[in-house]
Amino acid sequence: MNLARVACAIPFALILAACTPNTTSAPASDPASPAPLSAEGDFGATLQGALINAKPGDTIVMPEGTFALADSLSLDVDGVTLRGAGQGVTVLDFAQQSGAGEGLLVTSDDVTLTDFTVRDTKGDGIKSKGADRITYKHLTVEWSGEPDETNGAYGVYPVESTDVLVENVTVRGASDAGIYVGQSSNIIVRNSVVEFNVAGIEIENSAGADVYGNIARNNTGGILVFDLPDLPVSGGNGTRIYANQIFANNTRNFAPAGNIVAGVPSGTGVIIMANRNVHVFDNAFENNRSAHVLITAYSLPFTDAAYNPLPRDVVIRNNTYSGGGEDPQGILTPLAEALGGTLPPIVWDGVSTWPGATEAQTVNLTIAEAPEVGFLNFGIPSYQLDPATLAPSPDRPASTPPAEPAAIVLAHVKE
Amino acid sequence: MRAGALLLAALLAGLVTACGMTKGGGPDMGVILAEAPAEKLSDYGLFTDTAAAAPAAGVVPYDLVNPLFSDHAAKHRLVFVPGGEMAAYTDNDVFAFPVGTVLVKTFAFAPDMRTPDEGAYRVETRLLIHKAAGWAAYPYIWNEDGTEAVYSPVGGKRTIETITPAGAPLTINYAVPNQNQCKTCHQAGDALSPIGPKARNLNHKGQLEDWVAKGVLDRLPSSAPAAPAVYDVSLPVEARARAWLDINCAHCHKPDGSASNSGLVLSATETDPVKIGIGKHPVAAGRGAGSLFQVIVPGAPDRSILAFRMASVEPGVAMPELGRSVPDPEGLALVRDWIAEMEPR
Repeated sequence: MNLARVACAIPFALILAACTPNTTSAPASDPASPAPLSAEGDFGATLQGALINAKPGDTIVMPEGTFALADSLSLDVDGVTLRGAGQGVTVLDFAQQSGAGEGLLVTSDDVTLTDFTVRDTKGDGIKSKGADRITYKHLTVEWSGEPDETNGAYGVYPVESTDVLVENVTVRGASDAGIYVGQSSNIIVRNSVVEFNVAGIEIENSAGADVYGNIARNNTGGILVFDLPDLPVSGGNGTRIYANQIFANNTRNFAPAGNIVAGVPSGTGVIIMANRNVHVFDNAFENNRSAHVLITAYSLPFTDAAYNPLPRDVVIRNNTYSGGGEDPQGILTPLAEALGGTLPPIVWDGVSTWPGATEAQTVNLTIAEAPEVGFLNFGIPSYQLDPATLAPSPDRPASTPPAEPAAIVLAHVKE
Repeated sequence: MRAGALLLAALLAGLVTACGMTKGGGPDMGVILAEAPAEKLSDYGLFTDTAAAAPAAGVVPYDLVNPLFSDHAAKHRLVFVPGGEMAAYTDNDVFAFPVGTVLVKTFAFAPDMRTPDEGAYRVETRLLIHKAAGWAAYPYIWNEDGTEAVYSPVGGKRTIETITPAGAPLTINYAVPNQNQCKTCHQAGDALSPIGPKARNLNHKGQLEDWVAKGVLDRLPSSAPAAPAVYDVSLPVEARARAWLDINCAHCHKPDGSASNSGLVLSATETDPVKIGIGKHPVAAGRGAGSLFQVIVPGAPDRSILAFRMASVEPGVAMPELGRSVPDPEGLALVRDWIAEMEPR
């Protein structure tokens, strides 16, 4: 009898079992808090191996220590928690990184990243793409030294995701945005600290975001809500920025030229550009040297027929303003010079149409602040900017305040 | 009792034989379809002689009209489609390969890449296997003797000293991608997909006819699309540059690829100038933009981010960001020529 034939005739599952390398390991005593990974040897390989071999529901625990990583890390398994021993206690140091740009890339759903620091990545710090229901909490992402053009672009970078939570995160030194949420929906960014970035927090081409309880200080611009053309997801709308401390965002703009934030004037608190239904309230603004709140159209040429470059349905109310506006920077310098060299807390470019638009559009800007809070409408008819056509005015525009969006509820977070 | 034990022993012996058929037995469907990857490349039975990389019966060598540039590595490709089954032809997508298909790509170097067969040695072999649940990608790294390759999910690094096809000495810090990095390039929506085996990339030198004759492919229409050969100078520069971008960039820069959020689409079939990069502003490029303002400035390759990133070797700047540590000088020259000949706007 041919034994091989016999073997091949027995059920397929048995062959599989016999031929598959044995990957079953002893059951962990507590899957939620397994033993930390070994700090011995090549920690980067150990950690990347654990990220590849993880099963949904696993928690990967990183030990205390500073670990020099030569390569970027990535996670593509749903439902995994990656936990360190604390911010500044478990440090993933990418100063000697080669290969792909970001420190950690997450491409799976239901992932929690917590209690560690990512330092000196060549590109972005932590990126998650198409990663729904992600949580970033108690994390630090930073670039050492003075703010520098060669720092990575984004610190915390969720993109193309639904249900995003960023909380108790600290980001320093990003040459674009510290916390950047792009092309996503249903977002909370709260109780975080962003400093010495070009943009502290940026919500871009996204729908439904609550940004609150954050400290945005010493960035070039504090909190930005943008919508850009020619991207797969646009039509950004429905953002509430409230109860944040937004002060002294006077760091020079160190973004590499060419990037959209390279145009952010140093000394701006909040910028709303080409986005719809944005509510800014109960924030404390202090000492932002250009202007506390800047509301503007997208000023570059574009071909995207579906794109609206105007801010629309914007409400600014019940914030406190202290200092600031005394030394407008960037594009605001020449504009302010014509008006005595300083700017009030709230500034609007006044643009209501663009090349290719059929007619002027309603911006519907509501300034519901105490009468003594200064406002300026530059009265720019449309971009490209022609200083001769400016028609500046301190009058607040008439408006119909839009309804405030309901509080964001995340599918994966129980409040 | 005793007879039962003997039967069990016989069965086990049979199993070992069945599973260990790496020489002459042909591809082992049990190993190919197992949930986990095999530890050794030879376990799959894709080769009659692993050290010599001689393919087993039914394992068919193929090549692409335009290969992806991978640090000047020579690439050796094999396809295995399970007996009695065939890939289904489609005009524009990757062929519909049946479950059990294995695509094998081996990366090799020689001391002098002008003579890539002299003293050649294999560095890594990547397997794409169509499992029941979808495609899976597994990296294998060859031992120093070139006798076996071992499953290496976290990838690896190897210093390569060689002379380029253009005759320049070169030291390469060659990176074998880890298993997740395989997915970065092979992503199609939420799934993995092969990149190369489309009609347009395979259609040269009678290769598709050969696939049909060997029973790998089910049919071939009378006019299948064919990619322009990148270095066929009788063809227009634009077509060749777009073909280079298609094979080197479009696996990420496509609407359901890893770089979808950039809005930059480099597939050869894309027709929107802004999506191709003409006059397009960077979105999330950071210092990757090189202080330049547009992906492609017609007539000005030195002001075009596309050429800047192709020329870079810096992490966070260099594109493609995986799979190369040195630039592709010929590809860069071609893309620069294409940008230079565009009418300035």
